Amino acid sequence: MNVPEDLLYTKDHEWIRIEGKVGTIGITDHAQSSLGDITFVELPKIAAKIKQLEQFATIESVKVASDVFAPMSGEVIKINEQLQNTPEIVNQSPYEKAWFVAINIDAQSEKANLMTAAQYKQYLKEKEK
Amino acid sequence: MELKQTPLYEEHKRLDARMLPFSGWMMPIQYSGILAEHKCTRKNASIFDTCHMGEIFISGSPTQTNLENILTVNLNKIKVYSCRYCSMLNENGGVIDDLLVYKISADKFILVVNAARIEKDEEHIRKNLAKTAICQNLSDSLGKIDIQGPCSCDILCDLITKDIFRLKYYHFDYFDILGEKNIISRTGYTGELGYEIFLSNEKIGQLWALLLKDKRLKPAGLGARDTLRMEMGYSLYGEDIDQTVTPQEAGLEKFVDFNKDFIGRDALLKQKEKGLVKERIYFMTVSRRSPRHNYKIYTDGKEIGYVTSGTFAPSLSCGIGMGFASPDFADLGRGIVLKEKDTQISISGIIVEKPFYKNGSLRLL
Repeated sequence: MNVPEDLLYTKDHEWIRIEGKVGTIGITDHAQSSLGDITFVELPKIAAKIKQLEQFATIESVKVASDVFAPMSGEVIKINEQLQNTPEIVNQSPYEKAWFVAINIDAQSEKANLMTAAQYKQYLKEKEK
Repeated sequence: MELKQTPLYEEHKRLDARMLPFSGWMMPIQYSGILAEHKCTRKNASIFDTCHMGEIFISGSPTQTNLENILTVNLNKIKVYSCRYCSMLNENGGVIDDLLVYKISADKFILVVNAARIEKDEEHIRKNLAKTAICQNLSDSLGKIDIQGPCSCDILCDLITKDIFRLKYYHFDYFDILGEKNIISRTGYTGELGYEIFLSNEKIGQLWALLLKDKRLKPAGLGARDTLRMEMGYSLYGEDIDQTVTPQEAGLEKFVDFNKDFIGRDALLKQKEKGLVKERIYFMTVSRRSPRHNYKIYTDGKEIGYVTSGTFAPSLSCGIGMGFASPDFADLGRGIVLKEKDTQISISGIIVEKPFYKNGSLRLL
């Protein structure tokens, strides 16, 4: 499984890329692989407030509908319109093309609740056992 | 309970299939991905491991053995070497199983039944069958591979025999398959031109390998099997029908012959007279969102029924589903809203006719 070094991760398999005040969010390679073919993504609206570890989006695969949780709290400043008509990019490019939203991060201190790439890799390994 | 493995289990492992429990069996859900496998079936061809399904052989004249009484179709009227879809009902008219009956001769039949129902079916059959009948459950020794898709006839003609070409829709015959004489029927569960190949467990792996060498086809799992059958509006036992549902509620009345006697007939006639409380509906969503099993169905804010199965339809790029609704609100074209209990999920849809997918190669040739 691909786990990029420069991101932080949740136990629910979301990632966040932090660039100053802005955080870009998506789901991990592991998440897209276990869900299978993604057929639908529902995103919040611009200016919506999302809260750390609370649901902010819904994703559907052929087989199942799942909640997506926010890695950090903040205000949504950008959403990825491409996901509406081509949700399959989540399978093809979970860390690049298929980012879900960008937010203005409320508090950098919330990073403490997330895993580094090394920790997330370890977490995946333990889950597999 | 320990999960059973089909004789093709190791083949699936080798192909790196995602395996999950289904009806007491460890089965391949997908290989490359459900969407790709679905599209491959519609466009070219796929093979499916269906060894988990049951085969019950019954000998003796159907009237004398009482088999006629156990099934909803008239066995005397069926032509030899043809198949029929039908049901086996309990006294209340509830569906014990839905199945295909194969007529080998005037007094020899095979019932091809759902994996999860093999034991229940056998018990029910033996209980109601006359002592003179011979009933053999060969499910554990007989394997089956389904090949489905517009290229399936060409492939079998090339790999097995040109005579496959002569098989008509819902007919079968015996062929020499890898040195074993066994049945190929022109039947399936996808809406495409396709065949079901019966072969002993010993030979079935060899057949799988032979078929896989053909570049026109790919293996497909139960995931694609489910989306394919749903695009056709075919019922799945355990999801869309069960012992509490009658064929007329489930939209399967045309597979019931009321001009003969069978277990459950009185209950069905009584239900007809009283009027149905629920009836089968098919619907599509107006988005890419999919309805799921047990979502509730509303119209004008009023609850009218529930979803029995739903999925994303790869051929249509929208959600589709089937369910039950009160007959007063089951009219075609009606706008509905599908909601999951205790969540925010709420999807708009419309009641339509089946099949959802209308371009299948099913009756080609």
